[in-house]
Amino acid sequence: MTAAIEVRAVEKRFGNVSIIRDLNLSIAQGERHAIIGPNGAGKSTTFNLISGHIKPTSGEVRLNGDVISGLRPFEINRRGLSRSFQVTNVFARMTVWENVRCAVLWATGHRYAFWKNVDHLPEVREQTARILEDIHLTHRRDVPAGLLTYAEQRELEIGVTIAGGATVVMLDEPTAGMSHAETERAVSLIRRLTEGRTLVIVEHDMSVVFGLADRISVLVYGHIIASGTPEEIRRDPKVKEAYLGEEAH
Amino acid sequence: MTTATTSVSGPAANAAGENMRFYGVWLVGVIVLVVLPLVFSSGGSLTSFSLIGIAIVFALSYNILLGQTGLLSFGHAVHYGLGGFMACHMMNAVVSHGWPIPLPFIPLFGGLGGLAFAILVSWLMTKRAGTVFAMISLGIGELVASSSLILRSVFGGEAGITTDRTALPRMFGWTFGPQIQVYYLIAFWLVVSAIAMYALTRTPLGRISNAVRDNPERVQFIGYDPHVVRYLAYCFAGFFAGIAGGLAAISFEIANSAYLGAIQSGLVLFATFIGGTAYFFGPILGAILVTYLQLGLTSVTSVWQLYFGIIFIGIVMFSPGGIAGLLMMHRPLLRAGTLWTVIPSYLVAIVPTVALGCGVVLMIETIARYSGGEASAINLFGIAFNPRSPATWIAAAVLVAGGFVIARLTWRRIGEAWDRAATIARDRGYLA
Repeated sequence: MTAAIEVRAVEKRFGNVSIIRDLNLSIAQGERHAIIGPNGAGKSTTFNLISGHIKPTSGEVRLNGDVISGLRPFEINRRGLSRSFQVTNVFARMTVWENVRCAVLWATGHRYAFWKNVDHLPEVREQTARILEDIHLTHRRDVPAGLLTYAEQRELEIGVTIAGGATVVMLDEPTAGMSHAETERAVSLIRRLTEGRTLVIVEHDMSVVFGLADRISVLVYGHIIASGTPEEIRRDPKVKEAYLGEEAH
Repeated sequence: MTTATTSVSGPAANAAGENMRFYGVWLVGVIVLVVLPLVFSSGGSLTSFSLIGIAIVFALSYNILLGQTGLLSFGHAVHYGLGGFMACHMMNAVVSHGWPIPLPFIPLFGGLGGLAFAILVSWLMTKRAGTVFAMISLGIGELVASSSLILRSVFGGEAGITTDRTALPRMFGWTFGPQIQVYYLIAFWLVVSAIAMYALTRTPLGRISNAVRDNPERVQFIGYDPHVVRYLAYCFAGFFAGIAGGLAAISFEIANSAYLGAIQSGLVLFATFIGGTAYFFGPILGAILVTYLQLGLTSVTSVWQLYFGIIFIGIVMFSPGGIAGLLMMHRPLLRAGTLWTVIPSYLVAIVPTVALGCGVVLMIETIARYSGGEASAINLFGIAFNPRSPATWIAAAVLVAGGFVIARLTWRRIGEAWDRAATIARDRGYLA
């Protein structure tokens, strides 16, 4: 079976500085894959490279076997890859309902339509309502996104990310800044919502990573030093060194 | 399943009531437009209403850019002006070729003129939003305005292109000679355009335009190209601006380079911003106020632009949401039933605030007339002030200084009363 995401020999340079070098990563269909690594290792850059936010200097990225490196973010999104952001990145002046609905519109085929009343599209309404139920924000549907609590905004962020029905979902530190209880809630939410999809997640909270991921890749200085099941990663001496080395600073 | 049905039927029942209120507002608007000339039937007021109608269509079209899509254009009058020229040429062509096109259809051609130019230039313009877009729009505006003086065959040079609206084929026996008939023509197109522009905000494109305004980066990650969204929004804005220009061409029976220029572009930005960009009806209020002030102030003072500037700065600083934002701020309080606790502090504040305003006006007029060598008296609320008399200067100084000191105290009271009312409204769940 073709991998959901295949990253081959990707390099990203800013001027003379190599942020990412010889990045190779393979994520199977339906897998929950976590990317971990010390601060500044290039985890978010990796996300940006895969989702089209920035273009690789060299190398290629494939989504379900098709080359997507060099495509623009919305072209990649239309092929079934959706991502969230580390810093909440929603439509602040629009309501919760409208945020999710906007994320549903392209996938339901309404595109740039200016001849349809957006309130009279049953499938859009149903899908939006379902997503709101899923992220437990139905009671907040008419609140502008900018006025939500932090945890609610993070949940909305996840809702907007999955609303289009993407088959590959990438979440960038979804539980950052959350309390312990909020984190648990978010993890069960993520587990439920990404059922049957491929999940790529960047996370600092190791309990989340080891509880959620099928496979883990460890990124250090823009290079993947190890990739494997949680058990393999736990035992890997290179990983221990990288993390211990960081703590020794 | 039960929760799903209740959550659907709840808003649906609400929606019925809201629908009634929604159509009611539009109906009232139409009735006002029909009845207005029957109440104020002088030629002067008919002309004013016509101008206001045109300004409303123009300002609403501008808000498709500014309020809906977050594009600050300094050259929107280009589409208004080209719509006007297109309409003039079309009217002349209809007359000379004997085409069976009556006058009421002419604004549509104005719209197509505005749209055609938008299709042509805005693909490049809308590649980027923000400052880049603003600067390009300024450049295009200047380019077209200066071309209009050079390309004489199309724009008629300084004199412009004239036309005769009464020479077109008649419809329902209307000649469109009398201003009242022109007024109703404008009112008709105002209603049609306003409905169309409102409907646009309720379409997938309209909603995504809002998303592009809020966060163009994220839009790309839900499948949309913000460039295409901005382009389409710009084309609609150009079309409706062209309709407004076509109406102006019919009303004045001329189109000239002043239609396209920076002043016209500035005025529409001004009207839209003062009215408030966050609500659909904001630009309507702004267009009414600005046109009314423009017509009223120019006849009483030579420095009317100064007052425009002061109003604009005041709105930008103290009420960035414009008049509409100011009004809608009160809605949660009204719903929570705490609005009445704020009203008394407003009433108290009126007197010193008006005194301050009078002082400012008196000061501006005294300085303007004194330095301009004019000796005509300043007429304020029926009281004549001599700009050369020290008594006037003292009165102005006292009003400004005293008014400001007292008004500030009363404004603080408004703030306190407001906080109390808002806290209660928040507790009752009407304010997030």
